[in-house]
Amino acid sequence: MNTLIVKAKKLTKVYKLLAENIAAVNNVDLEVSPGEFVSIMGPSGSGKTTLLDMIGCLDSITSGQLEILGNDVSRAKESNLVKIRRGNIGFIFQDFSLIPSLTALENIQLTLYFAGIKQETQKSISLLEKVGLGHRINHLPKQLSGGEKQRVAIARALAAEPKFLLADEPTGHLDTENSQEVFDVFKQLNQEKGLTIIVATHDTELGSQAKRVIYLQDGKIISE
Amino acid sequence: MNIISIAYKNLKRKRIRSILTIGGVAVAVAVLVSLLGFDRGYRQSLTSNIDKMGYQLLVTAKGCPYEAATMMLKGGGGLRYMDANIYEKISSDTRIDKITPQLVATEYDPNRGDGQGGFALYMGITDSYLTLKPWTKFKSGKWFSSDTADEAIFGYEAAEFEQRLVGDKIFIPNINKIMTVVGIFERTGTQDDGTIFLPLKATQAIFSLPDKLTGIGIKLKNLGDIADFEESLYNVPSIQVVSMSQVRGTILNLVSSAKVLANSIAVIAIFIAVIGVVNTILMSVFERTREIGVMKAIGASQLDIFKLIWTETILVCTFGGVLGSILAFLGSSVVEKIIKGILPYAPSGQLVLINPGLLLAAFVGAIILGVVSGIYPAWRASSMRPVEAIRTGE
Repeated sequence: MNTLIVKAKKLTKVYKLLAENIAAVNNVDLEVSPGEFVSIMGPSGSGKTTLLDMIGCLDSITSGQLEILGNDVSRAKESNLVKIRRGNIGFIFQDFSLIPSLTALENIQLTLYFAGIKQETQKSISLLEKVGLGHRINHLPKQLSGGEKQRVAIARALAAEPKFLLADEPTGHLDTENSQEVFDVFKQLNQEKGLTIIVATHDTELGSQAKRVIYLQDGKIISE
Repeated sequence: MNIISIAYKNLKRKRIRSILTIGGVAVAVAVLVSLLGFDRGYRQSLTSNIDKMGYQLLVTAKGCPYEAATMMLKGGGGLRYMDANIYEKISSDTRIDKITPQLVATEYDPNRGDGQGGFALYMGITDSYLTLKPWTKFKSGKWFSSDTADEAIFGYEAAEFEQRLVGDKIFIPNINKIMTVVGIFERTGTQDDGTIFLPLKATQAIFSLPDKLTGIGIKLKNLGDIADFEESLYNVPSIQVVSMSQVRGTILNLVSSAKVLANSIAVIAIFIAVIGVVNTILMSVFERTREIGVMKAIGASQLDIFKLIWTETILVCTFGGVLGSILAFLGSSVVEKIIKGILPYAPSGQLVLINPGLLLAAFVGAIILGVVSGIYPAWRASSMRPVEAIRTGE
């Protein structure tokens, strides 16, 4: 039970830009335990997204070591990474990233389909009801407001009952009221279910509502 | 939710593009089905036409075998005559089961076809003609009263064309002869349908061709004797023997060059359809790069993405295959008319033969087309790295 969600040692990601090597994430040591609510803050270009991509097993790492849920993913191949992502990590994106051709309900069922979980319609509907969209289940993303879309995205991220949530600027496209609602949902999930949540944001007011706040600058953690 | 419904919904997103691509596949499939249908239909019609001549060998005056072949099937110009005594000579051969003499004559009638003018085909026959074609039945009327009577029997279509009934008088232009219609045959599906039959002796007299014949139809007791029999007639001067299988081969040779051309068009059509499908699916994959990345983030494996894009391609081709088969089936009569207009010789009967087997083959073929054209786009989509896919769209 005490397996760390994230265990990073000297985690580094270097991009080659023209002839220059740019370290988007530079020697980061980070541990996240189950039940934490962590916000990663910092200006744009500070490496928040790159860090989240690596933690989310979406991107390879250049050097250092990274363990996700006890699995060493430092050198893992895509076919192994997908096994860790699937059912373990819930992703929430800035632009919601719902599949436009599928309804709110189907977007949630799609996650279950990929995760190989039996697609219980009732469970998907109750997930939508929990985020206050019980009346919107058959609407396509384009028929939903920004706040509604993000709530569908949250429901989708939760569908496969992941071990932790990764949210990259989840409020970037939302107004203050909707942004606060999203964070309220995060807080509630964290407090009531003990779900581990890692959020990247540059909104200091929202970010500071997390239990643990990490400041990132030029790819390095400057304070905690 | 299953992969087919997701793929179907993706195709519906760009409705017009999907419909156009499906249309491309449909046209290619329709062309292919029509051509294959034509190949079968033509062969079958020709074989049945030749079988329905009732004889396996035709003895004609010496001349070009192609000419003999066309003449026999089509009647018409360039007729050569031989002496009737050849008939007497040949008919005593014991290998012969049935034999019938015939004299074909044509006459230009300026009033034929509502004043457009055209050749009427007359054939002088004896009652042995019907023994070779036992399936020929009278629709109305009866056989000639004598071998010299000024009487005529119409083939089914000839009677329809000229609106003739038993008892009508017909006029043979230029020769100024009046004949009485005594019978009309039922449809046989052969060239006989368009022919006007006269008694042999009367024909020889009317067209001033005493003791002349254009052909002798022969059916042997034993099919295996054909080569021997042909050989035995080889030394008779001024005649040649044409076997029906030879005629069939000659005509099929004539059409085969046209078929090669048509088949290459079909191959090109399929090739273009494949390129169109690959292009469309690839375009939609690139447009959905970010979406594919998101799918990977939420748990889709490479195989899931491959299957999804592959299914989309196979769906496009399957729809195209079904639509193309329907098009070919509904359009076969139109294609048939066009082909009949173009071909130098078209046997009567259905030329474009589209049967369930062919449609099933087209359907399976379309699916295979989808399987093949889907591989590259599906591979491209599945091998996208999730982070690059997601960040590309931002």
